[in-house]
Amino acid sequence: MPDPFRPLTALGQPDAQTLTIGPVTITERFDVALASVALRRDRDKDLAKLAKAVGLPLPDAANHAAGTPYSAFWMTPDMWMAEAPLASHDDIAATLKLALGDAASITEQSDAWVRFDLTAPDLTPLLERLTNLDLPTKSDGFAARTVIDHLGTYLIKHTPTEVTLYAPRASAQSLLHALQITAQSLI
Amino acid sequence: MTQPHRIAGGQIDRAQTLTFTFDGKSFAGHPGDTLASALLANGVRLMGRSFKYHRPRGPLSAGSEEPNALVELRSGARQEPNTRATVAELFDGLTAASQNRWPSLAFDALAINDRLNAFLTAGFYYKTFMWPAAFWEKVYEPIIRRAAGLGSLSQLEDPDSYDKGFLHCDLLIIGAGPAGLMAAQTAGRAGLRVVLADEDFRMGGRLNAETHMIADHPGADWATATLAELASLPNVRLLPRTTVTGAFDHGIYSAVERVSDHLPAPLPGKPRQTLWRIYAAHTLLAAGATERPIAFENNDRPGILLAGSLRAYANRWGVTVGDRVAIFTNNDDGLRSATDLQAKGVDVVAVIDSRTGGTLLPGIRHLQGAHVIDTKGRLGLSSITVRHASGKVETIAANALGVSGGWNPNVNITSHHRSKPIWSEPLAAFIPGPDAPQNLIAAGSAAGHFSTHAALKSGAEAARQIAEALGKQAPYVLPQAEDAPTRITPLWHVPHGKGRAWIDQQNDVTLKDIKLAHQENFAHVEHLKRYTTLGMATDQGKTGNVIGLAVMAELTGQTIPQTGTTVYRPPYTPVAMGALAGRSRGKDFKPTRLTPSHHWATEQGAVFVEVGNWLRTQWIPRDGETTWRQSVDREVLQTRKSVGICDVTTLGKIDIQGTDAGTFLDRVYANTFSTLPVGKCRYGLMLREDGMVFDDGTTARMADTEYVMTTTTVNAVTVFRHLEFCRQCLWPDLDVQLISTTEAWAQYSVAGPNARKLLEKLVDQDISDAAFPYMGAGNITVQGLRARLFRISFSGELAYEIAVPTRYGDALIRALVAAGREFDAVVYGTEALGVMRVEKGHVAGNELNGQSSALNMGLGKMVSKKKDSIGMANSLRPGMNDPDGLRLVGVKPVDPTATLTAGSHFLPLGAPATAENNGGWLTSKVYSPHLGSDIALGYLKSGDQKIGTRMRAVNLLAGTDTEVDITSPHFFDPTGERLRA
Repeated sequence: MPDPFRPLTALGQPDAQTLTIGPVTITERFDVALASVALRRDRDKDLAKLAKAVGLPLPDAANHAAGTPYSAFWMTPDMWMAEAPLASHDDIAATLKLALGDAASITEQSDAWVRFDLTAPDLTPLLERLTNLDLPTKSDGFAARTVIDHLGTYLIKHTPTEVTLYAPRASAQSLLHALQITAQSLI
Repeated sequence: MTQPHRIAGGQIDRAQTLTFTFDGKSFAGHPGDTLASALLANGVRLMGRSFKYHRPRGPLSAGSEEPNALVELRSGARQEPNTRATVAELFDGLTAASQNRWPSLAFDALAINDRLNAFLTAGFYYKTFMWPAAFWEKVYEPIIRRAAGLGSLSQLEDPDSYDKGFLHCDLLIIGAGPAGLMAAQTAGRAGLRVVLADEDFRMGGRLNAETHMIADHPGADWATATLAELASLPNVRLLPRTTVTGAFDHGIYSAVERVSDHLPAPLPGKPRQTLWRIYAAHTLLAAGATERPIAFENNDRPGILLAGSLRAYANRWGVTVGDRVAIFTNNDDGLRSATDLQAKGVDVVAVIDSRTGGTLLPGIRHLQGAHVIDTKGRLGLSSITVRHASGKVETIAANALGVSGGWNPNVNITSHHRSKPIWSEPLAAFIPGPDAPQNLIAAGSAAGHFSTHAALKSGAEAARQIAEALGKQAPYVLPQAEDAPTRITPLWHVPHGKGRAWIDQQNDVTLKDIKLAHQENFAHVEHLKRYTTLGMATDQGKTGNVIGLAVMAELTGQTIPQTGTTVYRPPYTPVAMGALAGRSRGKDFKPTRLTPSHHWATEQGAVFVEVGNWLRTQWIPRDGETTWRQSVDREVLQTRKSVGICDVTTLGKIDIQGTDAGTFLDRVYANTFSTLPVGKCRYGLMLREDGMVFDDGTTARMADTEYVMTTTTVNAVTVFRHLEFCRQCLWPDLDVQLISTTEAWAQYSVAGPNARKLLEKLVDQDISDAAFPYMGAGNITVQGLRARLFRISFSGELAYEIAVPTRYGDALIRALVAAGREFDAVVYGTEALGVMRVEKGHVAGNELNGQSSALNMGLGKMVSKKKDSIGMANSLRPGMNDPDGLRLVGVKPVDPTATLTAGSHFLPLGAPATAENNGGWLTSKVYSPHLGSDIALGYLKSGDQKIGTRMRAVNLLAGTDTEVDITSPHFFDPTGERLRA
């Protein structure tokens, strides 16, 4: 993109930030394209077939499914969020519309969310102060919408040591602040 | 610093000495001490003054039930009033001060209240201070509040932070005494996820205060070993210093963990306290029992304690409250205090046992059938007066008296869902009732199992049953422990003389007050509580309630269960407001939403305004501008003269797709959208079911089955919620999909005669009026970047709204400003936006007040009768179509220099400012730099027929009365030529 159209991250910086606070590392992700995929009425078989053809997983409720190029997590009945590398899918909505046709409603969501990846040898002390989800009992690949610092947030548990948060982009700084002070309180 | 009352033993670390001050005087204590135990060790019995009579008071207890020893802990901003010295963990450098006294604790001028007690009986304030009525608020109440009170607030902001968190478990155990520990061990070994919470900093409950043996080891040692095992189990979480304060719905309990209260100040980054919400499949209440006193004359002097507390100070803290100790009891447990103290070498001068018969204590003067009938000692107990069974009265010198009237199981949390406890005659106490919160059961003393063996067994058995319910086996082996029966002959008060006998020591409720309440027919338990304030203090009557009920039962001739109890409510003990707020305070009260232009605007020195959680640019001052009006006037004038740019990202944006999207919009909007051509947008009016206007905004049709709806900023969430309700509940048959895209797009309004010229420098497509006419909408590119363009106008100017992916929002505002430089473009904020919309006569939040119809707003024709839509039917009601009803009008002061006041009411010229002359009200007011005067919008009865007339805008609160011209609401470009240019 020619100057002056330089993108900024949700934190208002040219590049994604990484913070390490004690054992917790918070990594802003700026390299993921997002689009919501909502099933249209009576098109479930068509969508399943088309999604499979293009490599888009449509996981069950409360699940995330990793894949290439698309990963996806369940958002609400008959709606998923597709993830793909931004570098190859800058116009993810248009790409998916081509692939899925009118079997689904596709909406560009890349810029609606801030993504933070959290890692720590044990994320429980941090997350039990942020969300009411009972994460230790959840399997890897668990995904749910929860509330963190008053913000509706999608949480994906990749492993007990790796969790992804998607929260409203405009509140990225507030969420990061909440993550920081909570992590600091555990040192 | 000699700690003259320190005796041998105890669970304190004598190798370390801690220094602290009380009322400015320095003392010494040890780790493991509470403030109360350390003060008692130093011979300090007087720790406070009572609430109403300012009576000298010392600690009654050794735990959280304490009514008397309330102090102000710490100083400066961390000063905390009403802290119970009996649970305040001692630390080096602790400072504490007594409260509710002046000028000093030993000499309190307000102790005169004690002499005036005949006038300060229960309900005295209901009977006095009746005249003159005006005096109550300004004279009487301030005086009473000053005289009767507790600690004082520092008035400084709390410097500490508080966390909140969520825990999940199979079994929450409240209390780590013998029952709780045994349950935790049983459940923990069975693999259950267990949370064990105890309010004390040393877990073990009464085992720490007793000399009982468990499995041939001192009970405290057994507790220590059990805790060590529990700490090693990964499925068990120990939460010392954590009070479970309430039971809520669905097995959720609140608990406050005092993370840093045992330190001078929290460590950097650490919270002072954490409020946990505990989600428990099952809960075991093992909170123990609280001893209750016996009411007799002058039973509140410093040095008179509960007997179990007296021995707790000796056994756990190595402290004797006095060197001549007496015990007054109606049960066997009281006798334990005498034998324990004697074993510690303390001089037990007498045991006054109200019962007759039974075995006499060896080596102790054990007076059976005797009663303590009075005491002496101005600032501390010096003697007790005893009436023997024979009737003989004897004065015995004693500086400590332990009183035991029996033990009350701590049933409080079982009653948080209104379960009434039930009366146990053998125990002479209430035990948990049958309707406790679901999956909550009690064990140990809390369930009335008072012996150590019974407590251990009930804890283990409860855990076994809970494990079984969860599909696990939980065998247990009970360690050997004492199993003494509970022997008690109830004695609630000692009838003697005319002096005062205290029932509720914290609220200064006496036996006489209970009698007075009965005499005045406030005999129902709920009336008794309100009339006398029995049980209404910070201790919730933990030591006084049952005695009060028993006395009332005697007076009414009812049984205690017939008299009943009041209902316990959360919190179990006082909770700091900070813990309830958590991190949500000050600027972190709620998260902030930043617009895409925020960083650029900050660089420009913009003034921001909070709009919900958003921070929006309100105006951007330039050098030389000294008032906000100068900035706003410039922004308005320059926009109308050339071009202005405004960040409108905050408006709600909802993506609506599906084959039935048009039908869906026809039903949620009052006007029609299914006929909107692709590439066009339309102003939409959304009604509530009652026909009132809910929201407005433009909706564009981006493709055959794809619309983008715009909402007002304030209603973005509520409209989305409403649409989801409609989609899911009202019309699930429609093929419609919704998702918010508010934050996905950075959207800017570019408005003014040069708006097109400015955008043409950036947009790759032809946006001439022919190619992109008024109300056009479409996907475009901005120097190759995917974008959206809408030709819509809120300002009344030739205007567009251009949107790019939010990550490019900062770049776009900079690009727009750079491209606009040749036009002297201005960036305007919400104030200028407001001025221009009023000049144009557009309604906004002040007019969309939830009580106004489309007809009121002059938009009645937008409600299509050709189709059904939400609110349409109700908007047809006659009352909604009153031809003389409110209509939106414009308002201008006759004198252009006059100021209008929002909220003013419209009155005919010369009419008195009375409600019957009220014609409506002024909703929005701005200063119009174009018209050179204030202008306003308002709702006026028959407003459309009054245009051209003259009225008054009267604001009685502001004291303004301004003559105004009623005009069309369209002050500027009423024919809309500019926006179609």
